[in-house]
Amino acid sequence: MNTPGVSGWEPPRWDIPESDDIPKKYLNDGIDLPDAGEVDVVRHYTKLSTMNFGVDSGMYPLGSCTMKYNPKIDEKTASLPGFASLHPDTPDALSQGALELLYELGGYLCRITGMDRFTLAPAAGAHGELSGVMVIRKYFEKLGEKRTTILIPDSAHGTNPASVTMCGFDVKEVPSSETGDVDVAALSAMMDESVAAMMLTSPNTLGLFDRNILTISKILKDHGALFYCDGANLNAVMGKAAVTDMGFDLMHINLHKTFSTPHGGGGPGSGPLGVTKRLEPFLPVPLVDRKGDTYFLDTDRPDSIGRVHAFYGNFLVCVKAYTYIRMLGGDGVRKVAEHAVLNANYLMHRLKEVYDLPIDRTCMHEFVLSDKGIGNHVTTNDIAKRILDYGYHAPTVYFPLLIAGAMMIEPTETESRATLDRFVEVMGEIRKQADDDPELVKTAPHTTPVGRVDAVTAARKPVLTHDDIE
Amino acid sequence: MSFIPTTKKDTEQMLKIIGVKSIEDLFSDIPGEIRSTGDLDLPPGISEIEADGLLTRLSEKNRRLSVFAGGGAYRHYVPPVVDQLTNRSEFYTAYTPYQPEVSQGTLTAIFEFQTMLSRLTGTEVTNASMYDGATSLAEAALMSVRDNKKKRLVVSGGVNPRYREVLSTYGWANDLSLVTVPLSGGVTNPEDIASHLDDDTGAVIVQSPNYLGSIEDIQAVADILKGGKANLIVAVTEPLSMALLKSPGSLGADIVCGEAQAFGNPVGFGGPYLGFLSAKRRFMRKMPGRLVGKTADSEGREAYVLTLQTREQHIRRDRATSNICTNQGLCALRAQIYLALLGSRLRDLAVLNHNLSGVLKGALAKLGIEPPFDAPTFNEFVVRVKNAREVRDALAEKGYLFGIPLEDDYQELSDCLLVACTELNAPADIDALAAELKAILTS
Repeated sequence: MNTPGVSGWEPPRWDIPESDDIPKKYLNDGIDLPDAGEVDVVRHYTKLSTMNFGVDSGMYPLGSCTMKYNPKIDEKTASLPGFASLHPDTPDALSQGALELLYELGGYLCRITGMDRFTLAPAAGAHGELSGVMVIRKYFEKLGEKRTTILIPDSAHGTNPASVTMCGFDVKEVPSSETGDVDVAALSAMMDESVAAMMLTSPNTLGLFDRNILTISKILKDHGALFYCDGANLNAVMGKAAVTDMGFDLMHINLHKTFSTPHGGGGPGSGPLGVTKRLEPFLPVPLVDRKGDTYFLDTDRPDSIGRVHAFYGNFLVCVKAYTYIRMLGGDGVRKVAEHAVLNANYLMHRLKEVYDLPIDRTCMHEFVLSDKGIGNHVTTNDIAKRILDYGYHAPTVYFPLLIAGAMMIEPTETESRATLDRFVEVMGEIRKQADDDPELVKTAPHTTPVGRVDAVTAARKPVLTHDDIE
Repeated sequence: MSFIPTTKKDTEQMLKIIGVKSIEDLFSDIPGEIRSTGDLDLPPGISEIEADGLLTRLSEKNRRLSVFAGGGAYRHYVPPVVDQLTNRSEFYTAYTPYQPEVSQGTLTAIFEFQTMLSRLTGTEVTNASMYDGATSLAEAALMSVRDNKKKRLVVSGGVNPRYREVLSTYGWANDLSLVTVPLSGGVTNPEDIASHLDDDTGAVIVQSPNYLGSIEDIQAVADILKGGKANLIVAVTEPLSMALLKSPGSLGADIVCGEAQAFGNPVGFGGPYLGFLSAKRRFMRKMPGRLVGKTADSEGREAYVLTLQTREQHIRRDRATSNICTNQGLCALRAQIYLALLGSRLRDLAVLNHNLSGVLKGALAKLGIEPPFDAPTFNEFVVRVKNAREVRDALAEKGYLFGIPLEDDYQELSDCLLVACTELNAPADIDALAAELKAILTS
């Protein structure tokens, strides 16, 4: 789409002098961006939106991602001009509303998790993890201890090991037991004074609450190591148990999962990092603090790891999470966890009649099925693609890695029983098709805007811009 | 207010099917000694109407100011087209496009974004976004280290001080050694860069226009590096400048990174913003973050898909090029719609910004307020004002955010303010600001 001479924009007609004070050697002689009228631009992106699937399109049972409904009021509050038009270099005295919101939100997250202090600067979960691993590094640096290793269970998100190596530590993998908990004997055997910390998702990425959690935290504590909680699955335990009571020293939260801020087709999210008292000095700058009735940005923190974001994080995302928590209140937040767990267990019980459930025990907010026992070479990927044909998003597939052909399903608390029941029917129908008409499943999807996409060619001969094509 | 659509009756029946008596039974794996029974200590829940009022009042505690400041956050006009289209919920309630068959909207738009940013930066590869300009610079530095294994980086003092702080945080965690080259006359002196280079230097980092608004001579720095192993990383925090100035890539930058908030995203108290990372094609497999590639579907129709994913954390884990997962996708969509709407007129907007900043410069000069150096600028520049901080605070009382004090970051500029001008500072606004400023200076 390029119609030179037509434009969707024109500048104001102000009568002002030209400033031709930039030396010619610095100036370009035009830019190569396509032109189109406003109506064509609008139709193009409207059409693209119809080729997308969001939570508003249908149930999105994407395990480990907590794709719950995003209340519309959040979009309204985040676009209030007093927030959206606020320049980040506004003096503290004139941005009290924003600072108050950040301070209060940090406090709410402390009360939900038990942590003593949160920073809202990390822009995503992985950014929170990275900041957390930096805090761990700084803590031992301050103690004068040289610890080089961070332990991670084999069921961990890929961001965990990646964050660890991005901060100069070595990763060692801890195996899981057959029933999905951390293998405590193996952990004990791996412990020595080189271990700085262990990172564990709680509940874990199999959707299970680790029954040995207190034993694990004691083992770590006995060796002077820290315990990091990947809070991606916080939705399952809010109001049911404090993360600090499980023995964790620090954690990140994904506001875009647990606190309903939308995922935006990949972002922006927000990944606040919370710590217990002894780790507070190491949090990144600036921290929002309060003196009397006045809020201010505290940069005078000599033991801080430093700055991790140009400003204060994804502020407008924090506005949405704040709105959500205020609307729910303490009672509502606990009910979120209860219904997320109820929905997941209900679905698990219905679906284990038709699909293999590798670990059959009460789950938390999500559970993992596998493609074991399905004949005709029908795989997890085929099933996922076939689900798309029925107006549902696919589950997370082939994760966690320790379950072959994993399908990880997380319904969230915002799906009604009727929706869950329809999903069970669809899954049953697909299971039957895998036996009776496997080609139908193996060539799915059939009703989506495009058919199965060839990812192999894309990676073999990368075409990454329109200019690569021409 | 609750968003749970399950009735009491449903709940009872579901529990019965599961085979437990109560919801509490589902939490029995949590050791009893740590299980909480009471409610969380949070304010009581409220209705949507009350939340609307509460947040509106909170937002009004922030003073609405007429902004004459940038410093890495630029208040530009956001056409309603950008808001209306981005607010289509198929876009904003979607996840990362891991299922391409139902994500062609996001994928196509990101592919367009990669194309447009690559053209503006004069490079061949752009990823699907980083958190913000500061972290994109830190990731650019780490990418350079992956490329030539050299951990000593020479950084211009003109790079946004906040970006240098973030770079230093990431640098500390990765044992990098950072050497800062002070500015001279508001710009980086290429000879100073040359004198700081050695065989261990992996990259030179320059920002243009730099934090003080001065346009840097990127070509001269690139010439110094020619033939050597060190990469030239150019950071850009006001991307509109690339519509008027020669692209960093065409001048010899290997990696171009920075902030694209100015394209269709509000200043929003510092986030969410849009870090971009662009580079020459040889960095393609070393890039952090997501890349969208063009391919075809089973019937040969044009289609887009996330590609080269073996670089990424969910596949490569501890050997990934970065830990980044969630990025700033929707901000990239906003930028892309903005660029599609303005098209080649983006250059007219850049010229307008430059001309308006000239009007502001002229108005201030009449009051005896002038830049301390004469480097060329785009839409942001430094002025020397006696009692800079007091003047800024007095103007804030009158409803203006006039400049950012520089004393904390540049000792030699203790009586200076960094001011900026965009198309939202109309000539009449500049006149009004000048009148208030005159009254303050003469009082």
